[in-house]
Amino acid sequence: MESFQREGDVRIPAGCAISSMFSKTGRKFSGEGMIKSISIMHDRSNGLGGGFAGYGIYPEYKDFYAFHVFYDSDDARHITEDFIDEHFDIVNLSKIPTKKNKNITDEPLIWRYFVTPLPTKLAQSQLEEDEYTVRCVVKINTHIKGAYVFSSGKNMGIFKAVGYPEDVGRFYRVDEYEGYAWTVHGRYPTNTPGWWGGAHPFGLLDYSIVHNGEISSYDANRRAIEMYGYRCTLQTDTEVITYMIDYLHRKQKLSLEECAHVIAAPFWSTIDRMNEDKKREYTYLRNTFSSLLINGPFSIILGFDGGLMALNDRLKLRSLVAAEKNDMVYFSSEESAIKIIEPNPDRIWYPKGGEPVIVTLNEGVEA
Amino acid sequence: MARINAQNQYYKDLNKLIRSCGESDIELDNVMGQRFIACGMKGKNFLIHGVPGNALGAYLDGSSIEVTENAQDAVGDTMNEGRIVIHGSVGDACGYAMRGGRIYIRDCAGYRAGIHMKAYKDKQPLVVIGDAAGSFLGEYQAGGTIIVLGLKQNGKPPVGYFCGTGMHGGKIYLRSDYPPFDLPPQVSCREAQKSDLDDIRVKISEFCSIFNMDKEEIMSKHFLVLEPNSANPYKQLYTNI
Repeated sequence: MESFQREGDVRIPAGCAISSMFSKTGRKFSGEGMIKSISIMHDRSNGLGGGFAGYGIYPEYKDFYAFHVFYDSDDARHITEDFIDEHFDIVNLSKIPTKKNKNITDEPLIWRYFVTPLPTKLAQSQLEEDEYTVRCVVKINTHIKGAYVFSSGKNMGIFKAVGYPEDVGRFYRVDEYEGYAWTVHGRYPTNTPGWWGGAHPFGLLDYSIVHNGEISSYDANRRAIEMYGYRCTLQTDTEVITYMIDYLHRKQKLSLEECAHVIAAPFWSTIDRMNEDKKREYTYLRNTFSSLLINGPFSIILGFDGGLMALNDRLKLRSLVAAEKNDMVYFSSEESAIKIIEPNPDRIWYPKGGEPVIVTLNEGVEA
Repeated sequence: MARINAQNQYYKDLNKLIRSCGESDIELDNVMGQRFIACGMKGKNFLIHGVPGNALGAYLDGSSIEVTENAQDAVGDTMNEGRIVIHGSVGDACGYAMRGGRIYIRDCAGYRAGIHMKAYKDKQPLVVIGDAAGSFLGEYQAGGTIIVLGLKQNGKPPVGYFCGTGMHGGKIYLRSDYPPFDLPPQVSCREAQKSDLDDIRVKISEFCSIFNMDKEEIMSKHFLVLEPNSANPYKQLYTNI
């Protein structure tokens, strides 16, 4: 790994593919459908990254944070495990099961830990459990050379690698996990070299983002978010979007709709024509979080505990299709990627630019 | 007539098969996301079952394509001649830089339909959309005709935001009781006159017969005409918005 150029070392001036499926009734299904869906869009990726996020996949450890970690070396692993041990109670640890694949090479060591913050340490820190965990993850990722926590939520997990997404899915055996929601990404990196950690989904706690696009406001957004204690280490725009969502939704407690109206705010000319109540709300959001407006083309799918949100940039410069069938909801870059897994949807539609589509588990359903 | 099963075929192989096929009528089954189908082809008739991938009929040069369900992005990109019929809806940027031929969409078009359409002498491209179009319809339109019928819109403008932004040629006909609320000042909007209605009648004729729609009923509603506003030329288009 050391000879590779990493994300963050260089920025090259993306096509990409995204897809997702979600059961509103919490019915669980394997990641197999996502492999099928993303492979239809093979040519939107170039083999430099693919990944999956599954929600509800660790029911036996649902109250524990699941850390998925890449290591360059056993040294890095030992240092990291000492750090985790100092801050968390580790209830289970293991290598993440993989299956050799001729198209997936140069794999790092890939480990998984189910952890809960040590009560004494947590009390001492005077932080909420989530914030404590975020700080520990950021510490590992910025301070321990050769270690990278790429998934840190509860009852969810991210699986990603350099390669085509269908190969990445086979490599991680995502067909053997069952969840009520899955997202998938095929990468065509245009700004960074393509390293395992830089593949999507990008995650922090239970938030995960898959993203197709090219954010021209990256530096403005990065400068803004770093003022709130985040560290953008990878130069990928997806990392900065993840932190922006974490900041707006978890910390500022904005609703997901409001988050969408911050990052994909309507033009002032459009806001001017809204009724007074709406105008006041949109103006407030645009003014208060002006540096968190994202410019440039994007379509994203945000995964979170109990739901998904799909969102396009306000000019809709990337494609996004949605469909429903009974309890299932699908989002994808292309309609064919939905119809290959659900040939007869009840409804197919094209969400408008800047207008989020949010789906959550039906009332009473536990993730 | 040739019948080709497209199931599990990579787009390059499928297109090779199509190009090497000597028949003039070609029916494709189980199409699923394969790109560039019928790209640049002339003199063929295609019937497509399934969802064709992006850039269906790009650079089309006289062939006819009929799709029995929806199509994806960039249908008829830079098409020169021929006809594309969609029995459903299309994604974004349909008719991108189209310079001739006709595209008929039964239901809806996504964003930027007819972006950068152009016309020259006998090359007069036409896009007819049965129901509604997304934002930026006819963005930078330089020529040709776009007609949106709003068949399920109950008289509301059948377009999204920023219709005709950057338009400097051609015409957009909207079947609508009133204009879109945010037309740029560089686009003028007026009631359709008799000559316009005659023009529309001719241009939706083929559309109505293909989709079995009642032309007179469609013509009985109100039409508006959008054209470049020569009294208000462009300056500072994309700043300060």
